[in-house]
Amino acid sequence: MELPLLVALREDGSVEPAVNPALQNQDLLVLFRKMLLLRALDEKAIKLQRSGRIGFYVPCTGQEAMEIGSGFALQEGDWIFPSYRDHGVALLRGYPLASLVGQLFGNASDAMKGRQMPNHWCDRSINLVSVSSPVATQLPQAVGAAYAAKLRGEKVAAIAYFGDGGSSTGAFHVAMNFAGVYRTPTVFFCSNNQYAISLPVSRQTASDSIARKADAYGFEGVRVDGNDVLAVTKVTRDALARAREGGGPTLIEAVTYRMGPHSTSDDPTRYRSEEEIAGWAKRDPVRRFTEYLRKAGVVDGVEAAKWAEEAREEVLRAVKECEGAPPVPPESLVEDVYAEMPWHLIEQRKWLPHAEE
Amino acid sequence: MAVMTLIQAINAALAGEMERNPAVVLLGEDIGKHGGVFRATEGLWERFGPERVMDTPLAEAGILGMAIGMALNGLRPVAEIQFADFIYPAFDQIVSELAKFRYRSAGQFPAPVVIRAPSGGGIKGGLYHSQSPEAYFVHTAGLTVVMPSTPADGKGLLVSAMRSPDPVIFLEPKALYRTAKGEVPEGEYDVPLGKAHTVREGTDVSVITYGAMVPVAEGAAAEAEKEGVSVEITDLRTLWPLDVEAVDRSVQKTGRAVVLHEAPRTCGFGAELATLVQERSFLHLKAPVSRVTGFDTPFPYAMEKIYLPDVRRTLDAVRGVLTF
Repeated sequence: MELPLLVALREDGSVEPAVNPALQNQDLLVLFRKMLLLRALDEKAIKLQRSGRIGFYVPCTGQEAMEIGSGFALQEGDWIFPSYRDHGVALLRGYPLASLVGQLFGNASDAMKGRQMPNHWCDRSINLVSVSSPVATQLPQAVGAAYAAKLRGEKVAAIAYFGDGGSSTGAFHVAMNFAGVYRTPTVFFCSNNQYAISLPVSRQTASDSIARKADAYGFEGVRVDGNDVLAVTKVTRDALARAREGGGPTLIEAVTYRMGPHSTSDDPTRYRSEEEIAGWAKRDPVRRFTEYLRKAGVVDGVEAAKWAEEAREEVLRAVKECEGAPPVPPESLVEDVYAEMPWHLIEQRKWLPHAEE
Repeated sequence: MAVMTLIQAINAALAGEMERNPAVVLLGEDIGKHGGVFRATEGLWERFGPERVMDTPLAEAGILGMAIGMALNGLRPVAEIQFADFIYPAFDQIVSELAKFRYRSAGQFPAPVVIRAPSGGGIKGGLYHSQSPEAYFVHTAGLTVVMPSTPADGKGLLVSAMRSPDPVIFLEPKALYRTAKGEVPEGEYDVPLGKAHTVREGTDVSVITYGAMVPVAEGAAAEAEKEGVSVEITDLRTLWPLDVEAVDRSVQKTGRAVVLHEAPRTCGFGAELATLVQERSFLHLKAPVSRVTGFDTPFPYAMEKIYLPDVRRTLDAVRGVLTF
C-alpha cells in the first residue's frame, strides 16, 4: 500500500489536527516572513546572475515550505548537512543574509574566501556544515556527526538534506544502512522536487515513493506535502524529537516541485511542459500559506504585500553591502589546504600576481 | 624498550592514544571482536567497548563518510580499510570531501580523520590484496600521506597522525607486519610527520624510498658495499608533505639518485621525486635520476616476486647511475 501523504493545510482553509504543529501566531509570522525572504532572494539572485554580477545560482523557488518548515523544527545544537539548494534552512537557523549573499559574490565579503561556487556556504557557529557539489556525499557524514553526539550522550540530532536524484546514489544507501544499524539520531530529509536536472523521479526509482525505502533499512519513512509549511514543520519536529530521545533515524520525503531551473545554467523548457508548471503553480507554497494566514486572520493583504516589499529591500541591502567588497586577496589561494602551510605551497605562493620575492 | 613487530606497534599506538584521548574512535570491518584481519586492533574491543571499536557494515564509503561526520563533530576517528585495494569505494568521500573540508570552509570545518590501510604486495594477494595507491592521495591537495617501515616508526607516526589537525592516509606495508621486528619505546611516543629518516649514511648513491622497499634498499646497499659502493638510504616515512630538504641534502651529497617504490611506474610518486631532484639539485647530478618501481600492469598473483622491486633490480639501478 502506498504511504499516505501527510497534509496540514486543507483546501478549505482549515488545518488537519493530526498534522498541526500548533504554532503561535508569532511563529507563523516567522515562517511566513522567512518564506517571503527566500522568494525575494531567489528572484534577485537570478537577476544578478542574468546580468553577470554573480556567476551562478541555484534557486529553491517552489520549495520554500519544506526549507523553512524543516529549518524551524531544528533546535540549537542540531547538525545540518545541507545540499546546495537549502539556503532556506540556513537563513532560518540564523545564517546572516549578508553572509549568504557575500558567498554568492565570492569576494572579501565571503567568509569562505571565494573558494566555492555560489550556494556552497557553511557556518560553524550554527553547525551548518560546508556544502559540496557531489550529490548525497553529506548523508553518511550526518550519520557520523549524529553518532558522535550519541556517544557523548548529547540530546542532539543531525539532519541531512538531499533530493530525489540523491536517493539513487550509493551514498544514500550506505548512509541509510549505517544509520539503521547504529540507530543514530539522524533525519534524512529528501526534497522530492520531481526532477534531478532533467530527469523525472519516475526515472530515478521504480519504487512508489522514496520514503518507502526506509523500510529496507529498519526505520520509519514518512511522506509529507512539501509545499505545506505546517505539515513539514510537524513531521520534521516529530522525527527530530524521536531521534534526540534515542528512537533512531527517520526518512522524510517532502513532495514538492522545483518551480525554477536546476540552476541558472539550466533550461527546464527542454524537459517539462507548461501545463505541468502551471499545475504546480497552483500549489505554490508561498501563495498557499499566504491564503491560509489571511483566512485565519493572522495576516491581511496589506501586511503581506508590505512584508514582501520589505523582504525585497532586505535582499537589496545585503547585495549593496556585499557587491562592492574588494576581491579576495590572492594569498588566500594557498591558505587552509593544511593547518600549517607546507613548503610546497610556500613555494607556489611566489607564482601569485604581485607576490613578494 | 620492548621488541615488537610492526603490527604489534600499530596496536600499541592505537591502545595508547585511545587510553589518553576519549575522542579516539576506531571503525572498520571486522576490527571489533575479531581484532581485524591482520589483528591490528586485537584486544581493543574488549578493552574499550563496541562503541569506540566499531564493527561496521561492509561499505568503505560508509566508513569514510561516517568518519568524516565524527571528525566534524569532535571525535578523532581512525578508520581501517581492510586492504588499501578496497579504498576505492570511499574515494569520493576521501578526495571530494575529506581532503577539501578545511579549504572549502576556510578553516571552519577541519576533518582530522586517520585512514589506516594495509598496502603493497608480499602476501601473494594478487590484484586486489596488493596494490599501492599512495600516488592518488599524494596528488590530492589537503591529505597527509604516511608509510612507516619500522615498528618504532609505526607506533610513533600513527600517534602523530591521530594528533594531526589534518586528515592522514596511513598506509601500512603489510609485507612488514610480522617480518619487521625492532625495539619500540614504551609509553607515550611519537615521531613527527614530515620528517624523513636516514637509514644508512653513504657517499656515492642516494636511494630514496619508503615502506616495504626500505629493507630491499638495505639489501642492495649491503651488496653494493661489497663492490666498494657507498649507498645512502632515505626512508621518507611521510610521503606528503615531503621532507624535501632531506632529499636535497642526500642527493646533493652523493650526486646520484635512485627512487624506489613498489607502486607502478607511470605517474607514480617516484616521478614526482625524480622531478623534484632535477629541479632542485640539477647541477649536483652526475647521472639521470633512476626509477625502480613495480610494472605498469595490474598486480599479478603468480608472478608477485617478479613484479616487486628486489635487491637485483635495485642494485642494477645503483650500478647504472654510477656508470652513466
